[in-house]
Amino acid sequence: MNTNSNAYTFVFMAVLAIAVSILLASTAEGLKPFQKENIKKEKMQNILASVGIKVSPENAQSSFDQYIVNQIVLDGKGDVKTSNKKAFDVDVLKEYKSGLNSIYAQHQNDASARANALIEKDANYPLFVCKKENGTTNYIIPVVGKGLWGPIWGYVALEEDKATVSGTTFDHKTETPGLGAEINQAFFQVQWVGKKIFDNDGNFTSVKVLKGGNTASNPHGVDAISGGTITSNGVSEMVERTLSIYEPYLKNS
Amino acid sequence: MSALAEKKKPFFGKKEKKLITDPFDDSNPITVQVLGICSALAITVQVKQAVVMSISVIFVMVFSSLIVSLLRNLIPTRVRIIVQLVVVATMVILVDQVLKAYVYDVSKQLSVFVGLIITNCIVMGRLEAFALGNKPFPAVIDAIGNGLGYGIILIIVAFVRELFGSGKLWGFQVVPQSFYDFGYVNNGLMILPPMALITVGIIIWIQRSRNTALIEEN
Repeated sequence: MNTNSNAYTFVFMAVLAIAVSILLASTAEGLKPFQKENIKKEKMQNILASVGIKVSPENAQSSFDQYIVNQIVLDGKGDVKTSNKKAFDVDVLKEYKSGLNSIYAQHQNDASARANALIEKDANYPLFVCKKENGTTNYIIPVVGKGLWGPIWGYVALEEDKATVSGTTFDHKTETPGLGAEINQAFFQVQWVGKKIFDNDGNFTSVKVLKGGNTASNPHGVDAISGGTITSNGVSEMVERTLSIYEPYLKNS
Repeated sequence: MSALAEKKKPFFGKKEKKLITDPFDDSNPITVQVLGICSALAITVQVKQAVVMSISVIFVMVFSSLIVSLLRNLIPTRVRIIVQLVVVATMVILVDQVLKAYVYDVSKQLSVFVGLIITNCIVMGRLEAFALGNKPFPAVIDAIGNGLGYGIILIIVAFVRELFGSGKLWGFQVVPQSFYDFGYVNNGLMILPPMALITVGIIIWIQRSRNTALIEEN
């Protein structure tokens, strides 16, 4: 058989392409339920981790049902939505990527124009209410944003006063290992505990990630990661932007 | 070499042993053939990642070498690179999917790097230079040898960089706090990619001073 003839080459490549695509498609489809389950459990683990509850993947579902007593979805103005959509089912990263990011970029300084654009886009802002064993209530807010190479996300948990950060988790897709990727490490996340998102006069200040010269006593700032400036700025931006949308809700209820 | 002569040879003879040991020194994929430098720079900040990456590369190399070697008489010469690429990419995607389904935490560690395996010149280089012209068994041995040769350099570089860059090994603090109290500082440059290149350069220097056969004529 002449393996160098044109006809053979075409047939060989066609057979190879079909065989490979069938193999990959069936593997991906067959494994999808397992992968989705893993992602769902991880999300539950992350939500609970932001209030300091560590659970194994096996117990994620039962612990989540136990601690999360209420799930609320807000709209772009910070009002509670009446639709039946569950907060857990909102994919904030997907919404961020499919249009919300450009709205944020467009209306950086104009909160009311942004709110209108967000409502028009039917954006969802989930809020999880967690009740711990000792009776304290925490409010958990998912945040998403942009790092250096790809998306970054996390959860910010607030105390019962809705003004003090009680804990955070951050994670990333492709930040530089050893530099920006350190946002998912404990040393960075514990800095946030006890920081205030409102100043003494009740104005929204958020908690900023500051480069150099930050003191631990500053109630509105945490230390950035050396060599991870763009990732650190991304964390700062995503927390400030997201919390500013929740601000009316946090203040009024 | 006839098929009969091939059969009489021992199962794991001198030739097979050479395939395993050569990549460690005389034909190391990184320091002698200068392949796979990209991943050597990118993922040698921590030893753990270097180890995981090495294991994945060995896995992908073994299976793609096996498949390409089995197909070697069927592959049309003119499209052989494309065929190799398809095989490597398929293996990498399969590995990624299986990791995601069954060992989710490991797959999260690896996510960025799995994609890098496809572009690793060592995989393509060995498929093109060896697997395409040899029987499956030697091809697999060659893949393991080169994968190990790649891994050993990766781990050495990662060891140096993690130790001096962050004072840790495998994520554990090894430089005691008392050193820092005396004014010892981690070398921030070690974490950045240029230092990986310099470290690889130093390894090449040491290797060539010990093994003069590697030095070119002029």
